Amino acid sequence: MTKPVDKHEFEDGHAFEDTGSGHVTVKSYLVGFVLSVILTAVPFWLVMTHAAPAGVLIPAIIAVGVVQIGVHLKCFLHMDRSASQIWNNAAFVFAAIIVGILIVGSLWIMYHLNMNMMPGMMPVE
Amino acid sequence: MTAIVKDREFAHADHSDAGKTPLGFWIYLMSDCVLFASIFAGFVVLRDNLNGGPAGRELFDLSFVAVETGLLLVSSLTYGMAMIAANAGNLRTVFVWLALTFLCGFGFVSMEVHEFGKLIAEGAGPDRSGFLSGFFTLVGTHGLHVTSGLVWMGVMFVQLALRGLTAVNRTRLLLLSLFWHFLDIVWIGVFSIVYLMGAA
Repeated sequence: MTKPVDKHEFEDGHAFEDTGSGHVTVKSYLVGFVLSVILTAVPFWLVMTHAAPAGVLIPAIIAVGVVQIGVHLKCFLHMDRSASQIWNNAAFVFAAIIVGILIVGSLWIMYHLNMNMMPGMMPVE
Repeated sequence: MTAIVKDREFAHADHSDAGKTPLGFWIYLMSDCVLFASIFAGFVVLRDNLNGGPAGRELFDLSFVAVETGLLLVSSLTYGMAMIAANAGNLRTVFVWLALTFLCGFGFVSMEVHEFGKLIAEGAGPDRSGFLSGFFTLVGTHGLHVTSGLVWMGVMFVQLALRGLTAVNRTRLLLLSLFWHFLDIVWIGVFSIVYLMGAA
């Protein structure tokens, strides 16, 4: 009697991870692990062997990094678009917007400040 | 029975208030994400301010960082296996996977402490240049998070040993898994932006 009740309780308790398509299975973790090993190895390999010029390398590192973050969110954190996750996703989108403003805004502002600080770039009055 | 009901209310993620526990923790993680974003922004802004000191490409050993990254990745997988064992109600297996996760995390932190020690001994401490201040702040904050994850995991061992896989403990395991996987995601940003772009 205790056991099945226990189990049911548990399934309820983990609706956060268990709902929707993102089921917690050995397979989802293994797929996530293999993908992230590949997505980690590729940029390390590119940089360590100097396989690409710097102009290509930086965008490639960013692109692969973003894909890997997506894989982790899907396979390890089990994010999906099911109704029960709506508030998690709302918080995530909000955080992503703030993070974007923070990073892009800081770079933008500081880039222009640096430009203005360069002696050669000062407007001659 | 009352205790069970109480547990159940606490861990209920479907309809009741208690289901907000993972959501509340998730919101904490998102705010932590904003904290890391500001430190990342600080680092990126300062990365070229070398003040005549060493640049990333002269300091970083990428194969060392690759091993650190591997440890964190493996620890994410082993934690996932611990969650699956918890799903199956197999406490002994949970302990084994959690112990492996702890070892990987501990290895990671030890490697990082070693790296910091080496840099400081070479005169490339956080006081050397703006770049190094940003580097130590960013990587150090991540390292502190991993360390607190390890402390939490230690507490988790005790709680599991004392109470077993109760509903409350399962919720705790879930929250720790969110924290642990989140730190792995932050590390993707660290190795991409700090180490790989620094060496590229």
